[in-house]
Formats: sequence, structure tokens, C-alpha cells
Amino acid sequence: MALDLAKYRRRRLHSSITVTLCWAASALGLTILAIILATLLFKGLAGLNLKVFTEMTPPPGSDGGLLNAIAGSLVMTFFGVIIGTPIGILAGTYLAEYGRFSKVSSVIRFINDILLSAPSIVTGLFVYEVLVRPMGHFSAIAGAAALAVLVIPTVVRTTENMLLLVPNQLREASSALGMPQSLVIRKVAYKAARAGMLTGVLLAVARVSGETAPLLFTALNNQFWSSDINAPMASLPVVIFQYAMSPYEDWQRLAWTGALLITAAVLSLSIVARYLGTSRTPK
Amino acid sequence: MTDANSQAMAAAAARRKVLEGLKTTDNLFRWLTQSSAYLVLALLGAIFVSLILGGWLAVKTFGFSFLTTEVWNPVTEQFGALAPIYGTLVTSAIAMLVAVPISIGIAVFLTELCPLSLRRPIGIAIELLAGIPSIIYGIWGLFFFAPVLQRYVQPELIAFFKPFPILGDLFAGPPYGIGILTSALILAMMVLPFITAVCRDVFETVPPVLKEAAYGMGWTTREVVSNVVIPYTRVGIIGGVMLGLGRALGETMAVTFVIGNAHRISESILAPGTTISATIANEFTEAVGDIYTSSLIALGLILFFITFVVLALARLMLMRIEKKAGA
Amino acid sequence: MNVMSKDVDTGLTEKISVQDLKFYYGSSLALKGISMPLYERQVTAFIGPSGCGKSTLLRVLNRMYDLYPGQHAEGKIMFDGENILDMKDLNLLRSRIGMVFQKPTPFPMTIYENIAFGLRLYERLPKSEVDARVESALEKAALWKEVKDKLHASGLSLSGGQQQRLCIARTVAIRPEVILFDEPCSALDPISTAKVEELIDELKHEFTIAIVTHNMQQAARVSQRTAFMYLGDLVEFGDTKKLFTNPTDSRTQDYITGRFG
Repeated sequence: MALDLAKYRRRRLHSSITVTLCWAASALGLTILAIILATLLFKGLAGLNLKVFTEMTPPPGSDGGLLNAIAGSLVMTFFGVIIGTPIGILAGTYLAEYGRFSKVSSVIRFINDILLSAPSIVTGLFVYEVLVRPMGHFSAIAGAAALAVLVIPTVVRTTENMLLLVPNQLREASSALGMPQSLVIRKVAYKAARAGMLTGVLLAVARVSGETAPLLFTALNNQFWSSDINAPMASLPVVIFQYAMSPYEDWQRLAWTGALLITAAVLSLSIVARYLGTSRTPK
Repeated sequence: MTDANSQAMAAAAARRKVLEGLKTTDNLFRWLTQSSAYLVLALLGAIFVSLILGGWLAVKTFGFSFLTTEVWNPVTEQFGALAPIYGTLVTSAIAMLVAVPISIGIAVFLTELCPLSLRRPIGIAIELLAGIPSIIYGIWGLFFFAPVLQRYVQPELIAFFKPFPILGDLFAGPPYGIGILTSALILAMMVLPFITAVCRDVFETVPPVLKEAAYGMGWTTREVVSNVVIPYTRVGIIGGVMLGLGRALGETMAVTFVIGNAHRISESILAPGTTISATIANEFTEAVGDIYTSSLIALGLILFFITFVVLALARLMLMRIEKKAGA
Repeated sequence: MNVMSKDVDTGLTEKISVQDLKFYYGSSLALKGISMPLYERQVTAFIGPSGCGKSTLLRVLNRMYDLYPGQHAEGKIMFDGENILDMKDLNLLRSRIGMVFQKPTPFPMTIYENIAFGLRLYERLPKSEVDARVESALEKAALWKEVKDKLHASGLSLSGGQQQRLCIARTVAIRPEVILFDEPCSALDPISTAKVEELIDELKHEFTIAIVTHNMQQAARVSQRTAFMYLGDLVEFGDTKKLFTNPTDSRTQDYITGRFG
């Protein structure tokens, strides 16, 4: 038996080095996550009090909160999702149902995947060109439109994926009853894919509620309370950006608190979405 | 018999009427979904067209030299995109150098080494990393990461590389904290989860039989990974890397905080610089004059074009591996 | 004009008449010119080794193949004087020719809704009438006793056999003329299978039935006519008893005696 023991030992050593490096890489990833969350908690909790939710963004040097920014974020995210979701669901439905096998669909699918990861700042520029410039001023409407542009590809993707998971037998069975295709889709396929599609919408909400870049020059910012969606509106991410980059310490503290709030919101949304997605995906 | 027959005929006639009525809604719904799908196509076209129109003035004024000029002077209205393009490419390149090996390591860990009970929690943690908004990376980078680098890491790097000819210039001081390298590292952290997720997914497409056969011949984990798993999924890995690259190139907020926003090309990667997206984010609302705004939009066009190409290549590669897995 | 022709030999009415039917998946020929009748109020069984085209034939009868691209049929299938292959309104066709599938496919809704849903599609009925129709459909599917106290539970909560009978009830409720069964028992245990077979025997008094099965005993038990198919051809068609006891073709003989398949 001519087993080359030296060689075998070398191979084993190489392997354990690789294995160790993989462990280290994972540990590094987890450490980064832990440090980011710890810093956020530490710095963010320091400034967290009731005023954050009850007072407007302050001028430098005085007390204040983030109420108008939080409200602005909610308003624009709401409108962005309300506009983007139906379009996304309908388009995803076309890709999965009517146009599943067509050539155009594969082109649309491809383009949609690109839009999904396209730089969000470009969306801001686009909406600036088509809405802000013609209207002559920044507005919450433009901000919501920019967010809607980001919502669409996310929802298209998940809607299509979830509908594709619906077994074809279910479609055949409904068609066999003589149901027109639109009813098969709306009453049966949507029902079967409901949980997954909801997950997609929640993930889209999570994604856009943390977006800053597309709001910078569409909704701009507003130091005061505004309920006029045709006027500039504050949002949490933009206020964080402005305050963090400022030299004032109390502004920076508010920025950290805002950052904590937004991270908590986004992460809990995506956890809820994931929970829904795994517990009730169509079989 | 005839009675049943005429009954059936009557029922069929009634059904025909109902179905006629449903036809309108049926067609309307189909039309709605189809137009929404085409809207996605139109969206891409509209983005390109609006950026071209918006950037046209800059293109007309500066011509091709817009791409090759480093000067960026709002006062004299001289604009060139070279510094932001350079910054974008260099930060992304360094980010990929750092993130790709780590991502592949984590993906190998998750698919080959990790105890089953840990697989889900660690997977979720990595996905959480992907869910953190980019502005959080920015503020964290500015107030935590950059000072740490400035105090503990950069001085060491400068001292260590000083004696070497080229490397010495690459890591020339002073330690600002913020700059190209810091941005690149933040970018690496951001794209890490994306690349990891893709790699993990493509690793899972390797047929277990292949791996079992390899282990069955007495191969070590390393040998199985580098001779079976990675060759089998090469195209998919490249696709994932390109996907991460696409993200890194276009990432705005995280970079804007820590790049330093300096329109110049420095030899040292510790020096401040700028990227396309950071330039737009920092200057767009303050830009006065049509040519300034137009130059910024032209920058956006360049960015969109580069990321479009990178992402398209990524998708094509991932489609190839999906086909392989499906076959 | 009587659109349905009587068979001279048997005295039975042809509900559906398949004439020189060819079917293509893309460019490959899956049915090579089939001609045969489906007699009214009789059970016709289709048997043959897998891949022989028996399921394909069934799916041509209600144009199920139209859901997928690249599949097309040639020839004629006369149904009450109309050629099924020329029909434009497939929903109407499918409401007249119902289908029960291999795997139970309850919709993701309540037991009651699973049945009422299809009903409401075609007829505007008062609630009491819907209730009555749901009950009668469940009775016909021999499921009423088991589910009458949980009509508002999810259809997915039933056992496999119950789910399949729910699907049968759903099909029966909209009062089709023909019901196609595509291996309806292949996913069921023996007891559920027996129940479904009994049911099919009952249903033939009201409906014309076609059943695809890989189980020859089942074909012998439930059908009056049997068609043996092999490699896209109809090898033999005739009275079930005769086909199983005294087949004319040697391939049929080989198949039913278990020499291949």
C-alpha cells in the first residue's frame, strides 16, 4: 500500500485552512452586522425620547424632534406604494400568466431585473426631469413618484415568482370549470399566491422607506410641518443626511435617533415579510 | 330524453349569455396587465430619454472631452467627468476585491460546512445586512468606521507601505479617515450580502451526486469546493459578482458620507475623492445654471449606462446557470 | 335534424364522436389519427402503457391543451353537431365538458365556496338555491355526510380522497354533459378509490363519462366501453367485457395479460 502520507497530510492541511477561512469570513460578516446594530442602538437610544415623535425638526442649537420627517416618510412611502403596487402586480401577472411563454415577456423580465438593481439616484434624476422641472418646484408628489418607480420592479418580481409557484393543476382545474382566464387569475391564482405577494409588497415598503437618494431632489426637504403634497416635504432619510453632515452636535444626535428608527422599521418589516413568506407560501 | 336534451340546450344558452358578459371584464383585465408590463419597458426607455435630454446641453458644450477632463469648476462653468468616473470605478473595484472572496467564503460555509441548525439564523443575519438602508451605512461609516480607520488602521498602512516604490504612493498619508479606501470598504460591506446570497443559491444547484461522488473518492472539502462546486457554478458566481458590482457602482448614500467629495484624482487611495452618485447627491440641489445641472444629469446618464451594461451581463450569466439547473 | 347519431349495432347514442384526430406537441405526433365514439350515459375507459396518448386524448376533448403554446390538433371531434376543435368559446365548452384531475385540486377557499364559486359564475341564484345546489352536488359526490358540519372549513383541510370527491362535486354542480376523469384515483388509497369508483358508477346515469386509468381492474370495474391505446394509436375499442375476455388484437392481449406496460 503506497499511500503517500506526506501528501495526504498536506492536502488535509490545505483543506483545514480553507475551512477556517470560510468560518472566519462568516464570523466577519456577523461581526459587521453586530457592530452596526450596536453602534446604532448605543447612539440612537441616547437621543430617543418622546419629543422625537411630538416635535418638529429644530433649527440648530435648539430642542426638537422628527415628527414632520416621520410623517413625510409615511406619506410619501404610502403614496409611492399605492401607486407602484397595482402596476407591479398587474405587470407581474402578465409575465406569469398571459405572457408566460412569449418573447416580449422575457425581454420585459430582463429589463425589470435590471431596473431592480439600477442606481436609485438615477430614478431621482428621472423624476426631476419629468415632474419637478415641468412643475417648476419640488414636491411630495414627485418624491412619491420616485419611490413608486422603485416599488414597481420589486413587486413585479415577487408577483411573478409567487404566481409561478401556483401549481398549474389549479389553473387547469379552474379552466376545466369553464372559468374565464381573468377569473382563474383573480379568484384562484391570486388567492393561492396571496401570502407571497403580500411579502413582496412588504419588502418593497421596507426597501423604499429607507431610500434617500431618489428623494433628495424630488421631495427635497422641509423644516416645517407640511400637509401639502404639492410642496416640498421632509423625510426621515433626507433629514438624517442633512443633520449627520452638519457640524451641530444636537443635529447629529437627532440623525442617529432617526437612523435607529428607520433601521428598526425596515428590519422589522422585512422580518415580518419573511415570516409571512416562509410560513404560508403556496404549495 | 328529449326533455333532458332541451334542458341542457337551455342551460347552454344561458351560460353563453353569462360568458359574453364576462368577456368584457376578461379583456379589460388582460389589457390592464399587458399595458402594465409594457410600462416597465417604457420606464426604462423614459429614463434613458430623459437623461439624454437633460444631459444634452453638457454633451453639446463639452463633447467627448466631458469624459476625459478632470476639471470640475462651477465658477468658471468648466465640467469634466473624469474624477467621478475614476472614483466610481476605483471604489467599486476595491470593494469587489474585498467582498468577493469573503462572500464566496460565507457561501461555502453556509452550503458545505455550517451545522444545519445554524444555517437558517446565519442566512437570515446575512440577509438583514442586505436590508439595512444605505444611509445607515453612511452615518455609521462617517461617525464610527472612518474614525476607527483614521486612528488605528491608516497610520499603520502608511508606515508599512512607505518603503515600497509603487505601494508607498498608493498608501500615501495623511490619514484623513474618509476617502476612497473607506468608501470602498463600506461598499464591500454593502454588496457582501448580495453576492453571498447569489453564490449560496448557485452552490445549491450543484447536484448532490456530484459532490457525493467527489467526497466518495476521499477528496477534502477544499478539493470538492475548488474542483467541483466552483467550476460547476462559475458562470453563476460571475453573475453574482456582476450583480454586486452593479450595486456598488450605483450606490449613493453610503459613499456620499465618507468619500470626502473632492473632484480630483489622487495617487493615494487614502485621499478623498468623489464618485458619480456622490457628486450628484451632494451638488444637484445647489447647482445653479443650466450647464451645471445638465453636467450632473450627464453624469447620471454615464452611471446609468455603465450599470445597465454590468447588470445586463450579470443577468445573462445568471440566466445561463438557471437554464443549466433547470435542464 | 337529429344531431346525435345512433350507433347501428349497439343502439347507443354517440355523445362525442372523434374522427381521425391527430395531435402534435410541437412537431412530434402524439395521436396518430384516432376515430372512436363516446356513448351517452356510458363510462368509456382509456387504458394503455404510459405515453400511449390516453391522457392527451382526454385533454383534447375539453381543449385543455390550449393553455399551452406549441400544441395543436387536427381532425374532428363532433359534440352535439359542433366540432370541438373549431369552437371559439372554450369556457362554454369546458362548462359543458367537465374534468377531474389526477391529483385532487381543491381551490384555496372553503368547501362551500369551492362549489358555489363555479355555480355563481354561470347563474344568478338566490342564496337558498345556491345552498341547495351545493348540498345536492355534495350528496352526488357522496361527501355531504362527511362535510355538512364544516362547510366553511378550508377545502385543503380534507383528506386526499375527500378532496377528490370535492372536486367531483364541484364539477357536477355546474351540470356538465360530459365528465372527463384523468386517472382520478392514482393519488388515492384503496378505500377512497373504491368510493370514487362507486361514484362514477352512479354518475353515469346522468352524465357521459370518460376515464383514463392505468389500472386495468379499475377499467373493467367501472366502464362499459374500453379503448386500448398504444404509441398514439387506438388499437382496440369495444365492449369492456369483450375487450378483457376476448381481445381481437394481439397487442391488447399482451397488455391485459401483463406482458408489457
